[in-house]
Amino acid sequence: MRDIFKGLLKENPIFVLALGLCPSLAVSTSVNNALGMSLATFLVLLGSNIAISLLARHIPDEIHIPAYIVVIATFVTLVDMSMQAWLPALSQSLGIFIPLIVVNCIILGRAEAFASKNPVGASILDAVAMGLGFAVGLVAIALVREILGAGSITIVPGILEFAVPGLSEKPVLVFAFPAGALIVVGFLQALFRWLGEVTEK
Amino acid sequence: MTYLGIILTYVFVSNLVLSQFLGLCPFIGVSKNTESAVGMGFAVTFVMSLATLITWALQNFVLVPLRIEFLQTVTFILVIASLVQLVEMAVRKFSPPLYQALGIYLPLITTNCGVLGIALISVNAEYGPMESFLAGLSAGIGFLLALLLMSGIRERLDTERVPRHLKGSPIAFISGGLMALAFMAFDKALLSNLIGG
Repeated sequence: MRDIFKGLLKENPIFVLALGLCPSLAVSTSVNNALGMSLATFLVLLGSNIAISLLARHIPDEIHIPAYIVVIATFVTLVDMSMQAWLPALSQSLGIFIPLIVVNCIILGRAEAFASKNPVGASILDAVAMGLGFAVGLVAIALVREILGAGSITIVPGILEFAVPGLSEKPVLVFAFPAGALIVVGFLQALFRWLGEVTEK
Repeated sequence: MTYLGIILTYVFVSNLVLSQFLGLCPFIGVSKNTESAVGMGFAVTFVMSLATLITWALQNFVLVPLRIEFLQTVTFILVIASLVQLVEMAVRKFSPPLYQALGIYLPLITTNCGVLGIALISVNAEYGPMESFLAGLSAGIGFLLALLLMSGIRERLDTERVPRHLKGSPIAFISGGLMALAFMAFDKALLSNLIGG
């Protein structure tokens, strides 16, 4: 249980380890996108962690990085194609950031630092912990940005949508733009650092 | 789009870092001082221009004729990874001084999502070979520009008093955000006023 929660606060991939920033900033304009991206990243992370913890002993050391990248890219392609088939709207709005999961440093980072040295069970747990941490970070950014930038909270478009009174008529548009995203991440990082220190005591 | 239009688009209007969110890790990681920012910037520019050209060829001469476009992600990332390795070897062999300057940044480029990003953007936009090359080159220059500006800001920040929890990367993000705000002045309307398209 402790291992699962390490990803949430102390080793939160986005705010503490500062990994996987590009996709998290780009798709965090709405909560719905953030959830979709978290799901896609989690599936890739799970697949690659399992495959790599099984294969690591058989991959020669000199070529392990390219080999891991091929494994990861394969899972990314699988997820990309499944999303195009089953969730076309989401896949449209995430755009090139789905193929870009390949270069999300969280996945290669976990493969290298954890899955290659640990058995399958522990690697699955690690994927769950990191995937959860990534999701929490991403949804936190998206929540702030969507509330301020669009005055709404979209969990499932058309079905579960809330408008924030006052903000939905006059949203602070800048938060929907890259500039706002960077500022939000900066402050959230500081917040998580502070939270980390407080819970330590 | 005209060649000039492509250059202006990727250097300013769709600046990789400041408006497309690509290549943020090195943007925060390597911007602590100007010297390494310039080194990283040039290395990335070099790899991006080559990578967009090669992935264009790969897409149009291999993937499309064989109808295996779904292998795009796998092949592109492999090409980029081996290209980075090749460039590193070539630079080490033919230009030791350049290797001294860029060497340590080259292996990091594989995981710079900007390289794969601009390659995918050019393929999706169905650019020709020259346009792809220019898109890669100007995206690299845009990255260099953003990194250089950021490193200037961060060198100044080192001497300022910053609240404890904001030190390091949080304040870098906030400064980057303000910079992106300034870059919002470069929009599509400005571009069409400038080049009339």
